[in-house]
Amino acid sequence: MELVEAIILSVLAASTPLLIAATGELVTERSGVLNLGVEGMMIVGAACGFGGAWLTGSIFIGALCGIAAGTLMSLIFAMMTLGLAVNQVATGLALTILGIGLSGLIGARFVGERIATAPHLSIPGLTDIPLIGRILFGEDAFVYLSLALIIGVWWFLYRTRAGLILRACGDNHVSAHALGYRVLRIRMFAVMFGGACAGLAGAYLPLAYTPFFIPGMTAGRGWIALALVVFASWLPGRLVAGAYLFGAVTILQLHAQGAGIGIPSQFMSALPYLATVLVLVLLSRARTGGSTAPAALGTVFVPDR
Amino acid sequence: MMKKLLAAATALLLAGSVGGALAADKLKVGFIYLGPVGDLGWTYQHELARQALVKEFGDKIETTYLENVPEGPDAERAIEQLVRAGNKLIFTTSFGYMDPTLKVARKYPNVHFEHATGYKRDKNMSTYSARWYQGRYIQGEIAAKMSKAGVLGYIGSFPIPEVVSGINATMLGAQSINPNIKVKIIWVNTWFDPGKEADAAKALLDQGADIIMQHTDSPAAMQIAAERGKLAFGQDSEMIKFGPKAQLTSILDTWAPYYIARVKAELDGTWKQENTWGGLDSKMFEMAPYTNMPDDVKKMAEETQAAITAGKLHPFKCPVIGQDGKEVECKGGDHLDDGQILGMNFYVKGIDDKVPGK
Repeated sequence: MELVEAIILSVLAASTPLLIAATGELVTERSGVLNLGVEGMMIVGAACGFGGAWLTGSIFIGALCGIAAGTLMSLIFAMMTLGLAVNQVATGLALTILGIGLSGLIGARFVGERIATAPHLSIPGLTDIPLIGRILFGEDAFVYLSLALIIGVWWFLYRTRAGLILRACGDNHVSAHALGYRVLRIRMFAVMFGGACAGLAGAYLPLAYTPFFIPGMTAGRGWIALALVVFASWLPGRLVAGAYLFGAVTILQLHAQGAGIGIPSQFMSALPYLATVLVLVLLSRARTGGSTAPAALGTVFVPDR
Repeated sequence: MMKKLLAAATALLLAGSVGGALAADKLKVGFIYLGPVGDLGWTYQHELARQALVKEFGDKIETTYLENVPEGPDAERAIEQLVRAGNKLIFTTSFGYMDPTLKVARKYPNVHFEHATGYKRDKNMSTYSARWYQGRYIQGEIAAKMSKAGVLGYIGSFPIPEVVSGINATMLGAQSINPNIKVKIIWVNTWFDPGKEADAAKALLDQGADIIMQHTDSPAAMQIAAERGKLAFGQDSEMIKFGPKAQLTSILDTWAPYYIARVKAELDGTWKQENTWGGLDSKMFEMAPYTNMPDDVKKMAEETQAAITAGKLHPFKCPVIGQDGKEVECKGGDHLDDGQILGMNFYVKGIDDKVPGK
C-alpha cells in the first residue's frame, strides 16, 4: 500500500509541469495561434524562477519570476507572429533555440547553487489520513494550482462569453473580425497566458522537482506538452487525463524496471508517444468532418482596415 | 527529432562564433564539448582540465572550446571549424565524436587529435579513457557495508559496455563484503534529464533500496537520497554540495594531468599517437573524500583503493562467474583482459535482472 501511495505521489509530481505547460498552450492554440516555443519559454522560466528564488529565498517570488520570464518570451513571439505576421512555426522554433541559449546565459550565475524545495502542504488530521491523506493534502502548492488552473480554463472557455469569443477567433478569425472582435489583441492575451503557464511549468522544475538549475534541465518536456494538447484534441478534460497518463507511464516504467519486470525500457519510454498517435488515428476515424483542431490554427491573420 | 534539429541549429550558431586573432607563436588547442560547461558533470570536468592547461602553460597556448556540440555528423563540422581556426591539437570529449574525429583527422594529417573513450585511432588520432570500473569496485564494497536493507539501487544511462562493466564491478565489490547483496537496476535511457533521474531514484528508494548509485550526469539522484535521509554516490564530479549528509564518495574525472602531458608533448614536438586507458595509478580519475561512513569502512575503502592503485587487486580477478553460473573465460592471466572489459555485455552472478536487449 505504501508503494502505491509513493507511486501516485511521484506521478503527481511528474505530471504537474506537463499539465501546467499544456494548459497554457491549449488556450493559445484555441485562439488560433500555434506556439512551438513552449520548450524555450519553459527553460527560461526555469532559469529565472530559480534565480528569483535563490536571490530572495522565496519560492513564491521564484514562481512569479518564472511566470514573468515566460510571459516576456511569449511577447517576443506575439510581436513577431501577430504584429509582423511572421510564420508561426518558424518563430516558435526560433523561440525555443533562443530560450535554450538565453537560459544558459541567465542561469550561468546560479549553476551549482542550491535552494530549499517548495514546502509540502501539511494539514493536521487530514494529511495523516492513510493512503489518500498525503495525495490530497500533502503535495506542494503547484500540484493543486495546476488542477485549479485547468478547471479555471475549462470554465473560461465553455462558460464565459470571453471564452466563446476566444474560441471563435481560433475557428474563424475572419468572421470574428467581421463581428467586431479585436482578433489580434485577443490572440496576444492568449499567447501571453500560454507563456505565463510555460514559465511557471519551467519554474516548477528547479523550485519543487529537482531544486537546482542546470542548462537544458527541461529535457524536452515542452515538446511533450505540445503533444499533449493534440492528444487531448484541444479539450481540457482530456488534457488532465493525458497529462496524468504521460506521467503515470513514465513513473510506472521505472518501477517496472526496478521490480525486474521484463518489458524493454525503450518500449515503455516510447509508449506515451505511441498513445498520442493512436488517439489521433481514432479521432480522425471517429469524426467524419475533419479534425478537432481549431480551424484557423497556425494561420496568419492580417486585418484589413 | 525536433530536439536534434534544434541542437544542430544551436551548434551552428555556436560554431559561427569560433575564430579570433591568430597568434603565430602560440599553440592553439581546441576542445569539443558535449554539454554546457555548467553541467556539473561530464563536460564540467573537461572544462576544469582545460582551465588547468591555461594555468599551467599561460601564454604559450591559446585554448578554444565549443560547447553543446551534438554527437554525429554535426560534430564533424564543428571539429573542422576548430582546424580552420588554426588549432593544432584538438580534444573531442565524447564517445559519439569518434567517427567525425576520425574523418577530420584523415583530412588534416598535420593536426593532432585526442578522442575520449573511443576505440578508433589513426596516425594523428589518439584515444584516452579512464578505468572507472576500479572506482566502482570500491563503491560496491562501501555500499555493501553501509546498506542496511542489503539492496542497492542503480540508475543506468544506456546499456553499453562501459555502464554494464560498472554495474558488474560494483556487484563484485559488494559481493566481496556481502555475498547476498541485491541490486535493482533502472535504465533511464538518457545521460542527462534531472527530472527523470530524480524519478528513478525515488522509484528505487520506494522499492526498498537504501543506497543510490548512478551512471547518469546530474546531481538529481543525490538530492533525492539526501532528501529521504539515504546514502548515495556521486558521478563524474564532486556532488557533496547536493548531499552533504548523503554522499559516500564520488568518482571524479580528473583529465588535467593527461591534458597537460599531451600539450607538453605537442609543445616539445614529441607528440605521438597513443591509446591511453588510465586507472587510479595514473590519476586518470580520483575518488572524492570518503564521507558519511564510519572509520572502519573508510579504512577499508582506502585499503582497497591502495591495493588497486598498486596493482595488487583487480576488480575483475578470475574466476568471474556469469549469470548462467559458468565461469567467464579468463583471457588476461589472473583477471579479465581489457578487451573483455571494454566489450562487456553480460551480468555477473548475483544480479537478478538481465541486460536490456539480450
